[in-house]
Amino acid sequence: MIAEAGLVALWLGAALCALQLVLTILTLRTPLVLSEVEGRVASASPGARASTSLSTNGEEMGPDGAMLAKAIRPVAVAQGLLTCLAFALLILLFIRVDLSVLLVAQNDHSEKPFLYRFAASWGNHEGSMLMWVSILSVAGAAVAVLERRLNERTLIATLGGQAAIALGFYAFLLFASNPFARLTPPAMEGQGLNPLLQDPGLAFHPPTLYIGYVGLSVAFSFAIGALVTRDVGPAFARAMRPWVLGAWIFLTIGITAGSYWAYYELGWGGWWFWDPVENASLMPWLAATALLHSVTVLATRDGLRAWTVMLGVVAFSMSMVGTFLVRSGILTSVHAFAVDPRRGSFLLALLALYIGGALVLFALRVGTVREGSRFDALSREGALVLNNLLLTVILGIVLVGTLYPLILEGLTGDKLSVGPPYFNSAAGPLALLLCMAMVAGPLMRWRREDVRPLLRRLAPAAALVVVALIAIKLFAPPIGLLPLLGLGLSFGIGLGSIEPLFGRNLRRTPLFTWGMVVAHFGIGVALAGMACDSAFTVEKLVAASVGETIPVGPWRVKLASVTPGFGPNWTSMESTLEVERGGAPRTLRPQARYYWAPPTETSESAILTVWNGQLYTVLGSQAEGGRWQLRLWWKPFVTLIWAGGGLIGLGGFLALIGRLLRERRSAKNRELYA
Amino acid sequence: MSARRRPWLLWVPLLGFILLATIFVIGLRKPDDPSITSKMIGETIPAFALPAATAGVQGLASADLTTGTPHLVNIFASWCVPCAGEAPQLEALARNGVPIVGIAIRDRPDDVAGFLTRYGNPYARIGSDTTSKVQIAIGSSGVPETFVVDGKGVIRLQKIGPIMPEDMADVQAALVAAR
Repeated sequence: MIAEAGLVALWLGAALCALQLVLTILTLRTPLVLSEVEGRVASASPGARASTSLSTNGEEMGPDGAMLAKAIRPVAVAQGLLTCLAFALLILLFIRVDLSVLLVAQNDHSEKPFLYRFAASWGNHEGSMLMWVSILSVAGAAVAVLERRLNERTLIATLGGQAAIALGFYAFLLFASNPFARLTPPAMEGQGLNPLLQDPGLAFHPPTLYIGYVGLSVAFSFAIGALVTRDVGPAFARAMRPWVLGAWIFLTIGITAGSYWAYYELGWGGWWFWDPVENASLMPWLAATALLHSVTVLATRDGLRAWTVMLGVVAFSMSMVGTFLVRSGILTSVHAFAVDPRRGSFLLALLALYIGGALVLFALRVGTVREGSRFDALSREGALVLNNLLLTVILGIVLVGTLYPLILEGLTGDKLSVGPPYFNSAAGPLALLLCMAMVAGPLMRWRREDVRPLLRRLAPAAALVVVALIAIKLFAPPIGLLPLLGLGLSFGIGLGSIEPLFGRNLRRTPLFTWGMVVAHFGIGVALAGMACDSAFTVEKLVAASVGETIPVGPWRVKLASVTPGFGPNWTSMESTLEVERGGAPRTLRPQARYYWAPPTETSESAILTVWNGQLYTVLGSQAEGGRWQLRLWWKPFVTLIWAGGGLIGLGGFLALIGRLLRERRSAKNRELYA
Repeated sequence: MSARRRPWLLWVPLLGFILLATIFVIGLRKPDDPSITSKMIGETIPAFALPAATAGVQGLASADLTTGTPHLVNIFASWCVPCAGEAPQLEALARNGVPIVGIAIRDRPDDVAGFLTRYGNPYARIGSDTTSKVQIAIGSSGVPETFVVDGKGVIRLQKIGPIMPEDMADVQAALVAAR
């Protein structure tokens, strides 16, 4: 019965979603009643700035519209609750291992630990799609409950946009990916005991990323709402900003965590592989980062109106393109789900409908959005425009690189894969340029800046970069150009990013300024980690006999012993490595594991983290003469990559809190002085 | 944005998306064929010399393939399930007098011996390629794969995946053509 209840909840949710869309259309079509507008404008006058940019002329709703509008919020909330119920019921089916449900029989197993039965519910196509729709509806419900700043018509149009997106994905779930389908007769045992997927990192990595991807739908719907009502201005930007920031934080954390997971679990010593699925997560992040900055220009200076709306559309479009790429099977990837061509066509139709529709609306409507305020090229707005352009170009490079194998195969039939050399050499220099703009931007004034004071402010950071470059050249072993520039620049970013705090009363500095400083500093930290990893990593691949000592960088690694071991569903060869670099020896135990169901070999790396880097060890197979293959890496400062990622996420979080606090305070002030 | 002067600019994003969608449509329509064909077809097999894969068999070198008669080079492994599936077909070919040589990929001597006892030994020689070096050099990306090599050592045909009963005619025709 649980499965049927889940299916009913899903259908009801879909019905409410359709109702939400119909109500929106009816509301927006009802004509204006003048008194209503006057009352509204009067009540809104303390926040006068908020309403000045609205093109309220002749587009406020009448009493019927107001009645209908009142219904929209509860409908959105009910819809969110119903999808959550459906998702909770699916999780319950997985926890109880109900083998009469097809999806459970395929992906679950009664001997799995609780945590992995729980996580298995979204470790498959149907379940993760249900999670997708649940997050989408919850985001819509959250907008309906929490959003009070936005002009009512724009808010309604936004909720309509959210409903329009959700409706297509409900259809996808119900008609092409039903997670609650029954299996008769029920299976004797589930098939989902893949040992590789039993990892806590893997269990919680997808939800984090999904909240980020789907959270961007709110920005998309805001953009649609703004285009429908022609209401693009600072108030709209201020309302949209926390939602973008929230989704961006989750994306940042999800990507950082995913990178560390791949690093320790796959045993290749790399932290980013330019795999299509990694790129699918990076592209929305790049677009969201651009959006985050342009929305600030719109909120603060009322500039970049059309561009911000465009980015709102692009960010979530990239999420949808990523979903399509992963699930249609048109790109081969380690992350790919089992595929069904019908699903690919369905998703592509949804893509065409939503992205195509939004871009048509954009082309038709944005010309009627009044031009925003102008600014000089040399100004903080100018720096943010440069940031946006560079991020967009990098996004284009990643997109082309990801799709190039597909394009080439379509045109010539050749198969190839595009690897790190392309991405690094095409996107790397632009990323460094972007970092420079990032340091300069916050040191400029809005609207117009003079060259000299700016140079004076940039001088300390620039001097530090030069000193660092010379020092690296003199004292470090010779390294490649890109890592050299990256490492040198990271010092400048470190100093330059905290410069906005100089000469300020730190206790009175707004929290969102702290957020910006922390996030920018985090970029510098991560850049230093990346540069150090590619410049100074020492790699050793040896066949060692027991008792042999191998030098790796500053370390001496002794293969002390290799002993067999076993676990619940695997046997292993476990090596004991005694490692030291002048201090007390430490012990590392990398394993080579053999699972028997299904037969899989994995290597469990052992990593020693010290203050200035990580020693990464992997045990390979046995070689001739009783020797063992060992892969050893000394990776100086590699940990900075993820520490930087964490700082970037933390910065976003501080900025979000800061913005929300300020808004609450100014709302209070408005009440006081009204 | 100077949209008023250049209204066509506003349609550029849509055009970009239409291009993207076209690529996706082509991608979806193409047959889903993950196999990678060797670039070595029509080329002479590269020089190699592999040690014997287990006790009691002979190792394999490229010189063994340039004896004037066509050979079947079977890439297999004891850990590969489909390889066991094609064993009856290989057995039948061997009974018909086709010289078959094997290359065991990333395998252990004991496991290879076990595999031969269980599924039969149609091989004249079996080389052990523990690092997949020879496999990659002849353009094979998986197991099982089978190559028809003519008497001069030129690769004539690549069969990706196990040889099933319905593939026998193709393989035999290629062997005749390679003579």
